[in-house]
Amino acid sequence: MAPGSRAWAAAPAATLAVFLLPVVAGTVGTLLPALNHLPALGALGWSLDPWRTLAAQPGLARSVQLSLQIGLLATALSLAIATSWVAWAGERRASRWLAGLVAPLIATPHVALAIGLAFVIAPSGWLVRAVSPALTGWSRPPTDLVTVRDPWGAAMVLGLILKEVPYLLLMLGSALHQVPHRALLRSGVALGYRPATAWFKLVYPSVHAQLRLPVYAVLAFSMSSVDVGLILAPGNPPPLAVLAARWFADYDLQRYFPAAAAAVLQGLLVLGALVAWRLGEAVAAVLGRRWCERGRRAGVPVPASRAGAGLGAACLVLGTSAWTAMALWSVARTWRYAQVLPDAWGLATWAEQGPRVAATVATTASLALASATLALALCIACLEAEVRRRHVPSARVLWLLYVPLLVPQIAFLYGFQVVLVRLGWDGHWGAVTWAHLVFVLPYVFLSMADPWRALDPRYARTAAALGVTPWGVLWRLRLPMLLKPLAVAFATGCAVSVGLYLPTLFAGAGRVATLTTEAVTLASGADRRIMGVYTFLQSALPLAAYALALALPALRWRHRRDMA
Amino acid sequence: MSAADALTLREIRIALPGRVLIASLSLAVAPGAVVTVMGASGCGKSSLLAYVGGFLAPPFVAGGEVRIGALRLDERPPHARGAGILFQDDLLFPHLSVAGNLMFGLTAALRGRAPRRLAVEQALAEAGLGGFGERDPASLSGGQRARVALLRTLLSRPRVLLLDEPFGKLDVALREDFRRFVFDHARSLGLPTLLVTHDAADARAAGGPVVHLDAPAGAA
Repeated sequence: MAPGSRAWAAAPAATLAVFLLPVVAGTVGTLLPALNHLPALGALGWSLDPWRTLAAQPGLARSVQLSLQIGLLATALSLAIATSWVAWAGERRASRWLAGLVAPLIATPHVALAIGLAFVIAPSGWLVRAVSPALTGWSRPPTDLVTVRDPWGAAMVLGLILKEVPYLLLMLGSALHQVPHRALLRSGVALGYRPATAWFKLVYPSVHAQLRLPVYAVLAFSMSSVDVGLILAPGNPPPLAVLAARWFADYDLQRYFPAAAAAVLQGLLVLGALVAWRLGEAVAAVLGRRWCERGRRAGVPVPASRAGAGLGAACLVLGTSAWTAMALWSVARTWRYAQVLPDAWGLATWAEQGPRVAATVATTASLALASATLALALCIACLEAEVRRRHVPSARVLWLLYVPLLVPQIAFLYGFQVVLVRLGWDGHWGAVTWAHLVFVLPYVFLSMADPWRALDPRYARTAAALGVTPWGVLWRLRLPMLLKPLAVAFATGCAVSVGLYLPTLFAGAGRVATLTTEAVTLASGADRRIMGVYTFLQSALPLAAYALALALPALRWRHRRDMA
Repeated sequence: MSAADALTLREIRIALPGRVLIASLSLAVAPGAVVTVMGASGCGKSSLLAYVGGFLAPPFVAGGEVRIGALRLDERPPHARGAGILFQDDLLFPHLSVAGNLMFGLTAALRGRAPRRLAVEQALAEAGLGGFGERDPASLSGGQRARVALLRTLLSRPRVLLLDEPFGKLDVALREDFRRFVFDHARSLGLPTLLVTHDAADARAAGGPVVHLDAPAGAA
């Protein structure tokens, strides 16, 4: 065995430790206070009191119900819409320009989309303005219409769908790369099936397994999102995760105990929903096979497939307009009701907010760059270790990567904060970077692992035969040849970091302000023009990272056609 | 069960930007007969099948009439043409059992789970694959997979059979066997069959007329 291969064996272990320790320690750190054990606050007695307090909370059942309802609905609809869109759009040219909207939406944080959506669908918002007063007769915004923070959570479901549909489209796209989807579709059509029917009967089953973990991540996030919940979900009672976050932020420290119980309950709820979803998949698989064997050539009715595709297009357009509306607000001097565009334009808001925003941008960017750089270095070490040790871990390891995306943030971030307080690190920039790394690392790894593993191993063998050392192969061959996927992975890491709310809040002990934490704070009633500045920057930063990630390799390899 | 209508192609023209692949091709295939189209790779022979099946996508530009009897196929969407096609790869659907694959192909006109199962089992038995229904397609040999792929196409009751080098990937011993299997079925069902290949042995086995697509026809 090659010398130093022992040291390489440490790379995956160290990486797993760095990003799973906070999850494990944090979960334990949440579980203990949920059982009334928190020495820092003088609570040493084990008891179920926190659970009793939680159970006595009026509206708890409603909070639980909202959490389940929003999560399951948002996930099922996002999956249905994303798949219908792909089944319909396939090779159609008309779908190309809409597909161009996907990437910017992926880069835009949840919070920015939620704030934008809140304006678009508000009674005084863009949609109403577009048809008022001409069609509705509303010369003032209707006061009896509740469209944002509605008691059913519909606005939150919509807000989640706008962000999850593009995400699932991206995941579907990369899963489709790995199966002969065109050939499958063509053989279905040759047997007389309509294209959309053939897609659902033949192509979907072949990508289902690869889509499973991303869908679970969507389900876990949709059930337990605090940031989107604060902006779009009903407030009284709120979804469970928002309730827990509210108590954690309470001045009354005794609230920590029922808060921890609520956070644990949220974890169990997500676990239960994931198990139920998995069982649902098994049932659907049996029914799906029957459906295939019945041989009906028009199994998916044309109107249904068109409607699904229409919803997909609507999501992309609505998401984009949510973002555009906020960008317009940032340069609006006045924008009165019923005007579809601002009455007066100007950069006053930018000038006024400039100094404060600049500091926040600096913090946000530094956290993003630091966590993405660390994640990139760790992932390179892990993937290089695979090459040196000639050992590719099994698909099960993929589950470990998804752990931080499947465990609800609220269920471990408080416990992680307790650990950070113990170490005296809470509120430090470094602690926040670590918390960000937990979420950035999985995405960076998922983004770069496939291209890395797909690189033809014969390049390295050729180099070795020419006398190049393994380090030389890494620096002179592998990294330069993979410059583009590495840059894209880095940009993805930055985008994830910029959008993080709860990790910043908890690890930063409320003292580290990023664009996202500021935007959530502002969302509760501040001037829309100021919100516009923050949400614009929230998406501009990740977009700039992606633009650089595409431009730099293109510039570096402008004379190398095969590197395009 | 017999298709009993001839396949006619009239003045088929297929081009890429700046290059004409097929200038004008007309031919007729009688029910149960096999016409072989031969040529080197890149001559447009697979594009011709794709045009008949309705799968030819840009940047290809194509025109010309495709008819089965009086029925204009080129005016219909691909799924409504009844053009059964076999590729070099068998493309068995990996998520369905062997019987599931055949039931997927079997025309929906035959209703009910039991009669559909029966039809599939009979087809398997006739093909020497009795009892294979519940098997995972991945557990079959190359020759068995090829036969299942043909059965799947035939059970959909196509109007015409298009063969896109379906023998190319089989080893020599199996090839002979499968060729006979395909041509016997096509003949007994009276299917007009269009075979595309670059292997002269395929053309000999098919026994019908051979059209060469090379050179003169392609030059613009």
